[in-house]
Amino acid sequence: MAFLKVSSPHAHGPMSTGRVMRLVLMATIPGLVALTWFFGFGTLTNVLWASLSALAFEALALKLRKRPIAFYLNDCSALVTAFLLGIALPPGSPLWLILVGTGFAILLCKHMYGGMGYNPFNPAMAAYVLLLISFPVEMTNWLAPRGAVPASELLGPIDALLRSLGIGSAPIDGVSMATPLDILKQNDALLVDDLWAQTPQFGTVAGIGWEWVNLAFLLGGLYLLYRRVFTWHAPLSMLLAIAIMALLFNDGGSSASGGGALFNLFSGATMFGAFFIITDPVSSAVSNRGRVIYGALIGVLVYIIRAWGNYPDAVAFAVLLMNFAAPFIDHYTQPRTYGHKKPNAQEKA
Amino acid sequence: MLADYTILLLGAILVNNFVLVQFLGLCPFMGVSSKLETAIGMSSATTFVLTLASICSWMTYEWLLQPLGLEYLRTITFILVIAVVVQFTEMVVRKTSPLLYKVLGVFLPLITTNCAVLGVALLNINKEHNFVESALYGFGAAAGFSMVLVLFAAMRERIAVADVPVPFKGAAVGMVTAGLMSLAFMGFAGLV
Repeated sequence: MAFLKVSSPHAHGPMSTGRVMRLVLMATIPGLVALTWFFGFGTLTNVLWASLSALAFEALALKLRKRPIAFYLNDCSALVTAFLLGIALPPGSPLWLILVGTGFAILLCKHMYGGMGYNPFNPAMAAYVLLLISFPVEMTNWLAPRGAVPASELLGPIDALLRSLGIGSAPIDGVSMATPLDILKQNDALLVDDLWAQTPQFGTVAGIGWEWVNLAFLLGGLYLLYRRVFTWHAPLSMLLAIAIMALLFNDGGSSASGGGALFNLFSGATMFGAFFIITDPVSSAVSNRGRVIYGALIGVLVYIIRAWGNYPDAVAFAVLLMNFAAPFIDHYTQPRTYGHKKPNAQEKA
Repeated sequence: MLADYTILLLGAILVNNFVLVQFLGLCPFMGVSSKLETAIGMSSATTFVLTLASICSWMTYEWLLQPLGLEYLRTITFILVIAVVVQFTEMVVRKTSPLLYKVLGVFLPLITTNCAVLGVALLNINKEHNFVESALYGFGAAAGFSMVLVLFAAMRERIAVADVPVPFKGAAVGMVTAGLMSLAFMGFAGLV
């Protein structure tokens, strides 16, 4: 390489992997605060157990593979996976569920493929999908948000810890309630407007709590965008695709409706997925044009599975499906480098 | 009518994907997926064969076996029909595109033993499809097979250069990837 003889002044690239990862961790704070405010301390215990176990699994994998442990733990990528998984799981999930999830994510989805930078699937989302398919009862047990139940019903810090360890009596179970996406999916009798008026879980544009959680993740995501951790291509095209799909297939709110554009944008894991999951630099498409296609297809899949599939929230499935397609997208969207012909040109000729 | 056909087609491509949901045709899926170019060749050949074999076996069953009361011979008959279609394809490919023939090489006869081809022929009878439905079902199965084969090949090209731990190199990590993809495809459950 010809990078050796460069003269001063030297510009120092401020972004190392560890720094980027720590920025991502910081940007989840508004979302974590919102989740904790509305759903109690369950999300924080999720994140705590996930972080501890992810670091342990990461250290174990590194030791088995004879890699420098401290160096790789310092880049915080295992912590990011843990945070993403902890946020995605229902608040106050049992410890064993979290252990299965992080073990699968770190050992199988990350280190079997060679560790940091090689994983073709987003580890947190692959683990989420595995848990959702294997343990549907635990994975759909969402607690009721503040506003739908009195604040005294929310999990306190001690209650959440006991609940995740499986110790304690029935009250610690909290009040579980279907999420707005669930309710909309199960509904086949009421018009959307009537459903909205009758169910306590609905708020201004989406579910009570959910709209604020999504706003908080949007805020964190915009901060990351401002710090140029990722480009706008994938998130914007995903959100646009969801909105366009929702507008195209909006039937004015019949009982079979998949919900309007605003509802879909501020429900479930939309914003979290758009800014924290699909922007994963490893498992997504690489070029900007590729990212637009990648994000848009995720948006389309999210709406399709939400509206017509079996699963109420589809971000994890959509991301995994497009992770699968990302290398193919990359192959056909290689940008032309200056002074060279288009790549793959001779293959097409 | 048209909606039924669309559902049949989408069902065969995504929801009941022959490779990742019904686990048919795994041999070419694992065997021919190490290079994208070969995978594309293989998937186009399989698409052609599968659609044609689906139609031919339906015709054989409806117009030959059923009138003669020989339904119990269908498995062995279908194998024969498929072998003939594959042989025919091989001859066509050799004449029209020697390059593709060279690339596909041993894989072309392998289509004969692709259980997805026999699976489609038998499923057509089980589900009592008519002529158009059999053709569409065969084409949908082939399209689904082609899609996952090509995507998987692109992904394996990337995994081939990854720092995979030695015990998992090659087929092992390929199997794990196929399993993860199968997990992802469960998201389509209930669409049709």
